[in-house]
Amino acid sequence: MELKTECSSGYLFIRMKGELDHHAAKMTLQGIESAIDRFLPRHCALEMSGLSFMDSSGIAVILRAKRRVGTGGGDLILLDPSPQVWRVLTASGVDRLVPVKIREGRIAK
Amino acid sequence: MKYENYIKLEFPSNSCNEAMARSAAGVFAAQMDPTMEELGDIKTAVSEAVTNCIVHAYPDCIGKILMRCRILEGNKLEIVIRDWGKGIEDIEQARAPLFSTGSQERSGMGFTIMESFMDKMTIRSRPGEGTTVVLSRTLPRRGRSR
Repeated sequence: MELKTECSSGYLFIRMKGELDHHAAKMTLQGIESAIDRFLPRHCALEMSGLSFMDSSGIAVILRAKRRVGTGGGDLILLDPSPQVWRVLTASGVDRLVPVKIREGRIAK
Repeated sequence: MKYENYIKLEFPSNSCNEAMARSAAGVFAAQMDPTMEELGDIKTAVSEAVTNCIVHAYPDCIGKILMRCRILEGNKLEIVIRDWGKGIEDIEQARAPLFSTGSQERSGMGFTIMESFMDKMTIRSRPGEGTTVVLSRTLPRRGRSR
């Protein structure tokens, strides 16, 4: 799993690339939490178009990231999940806990 | 039961084998002409089942995991994932959404996802002897010839 962070005017974008399973979850969460702690963003987005696979291990990562951003008064959104990731988000009900946005022209559901 | 094709794969419960197991199941299922969505569902369900073995069956040691994929009559894919680990005390409780005996890194959604992504899921388990999960999904025939 590769993470790239970009922060400007209170917005933190974390671009995820690779596969998020139990094997990758710990490192991924550490990377996300350290970016949140460093930038203390008002708004944080996990950009998921490069995430080619995610299972329920990813759900725990998302929920812990949401809690971490929330501690500093910020919010989390999920951007452009692939169809497979979208299926996992909806089957687990995470899409009702964390807003998911699919931008125009990006990966369709 | 009559089968058209099968693979059997045995591997240790190292977490790096999660990706290998789901990829192998996906490559095997590809001969059934699945859609991308069906293939994603199958790989996700396998990833959940294998992760359960690694996290719950063998929490403190490396143990053996066996995966068998078969194509049965009627274009039905059956995937059996077996371990010889701790076993499950209460299967009904384990199946419930959000239930987990794992650490904070677990969501407790593994069985829920397996169940919703496959047609059928059965679990057989005995404490101290291990667990067998059988997942099956019938795929529509899409005019392939064999």
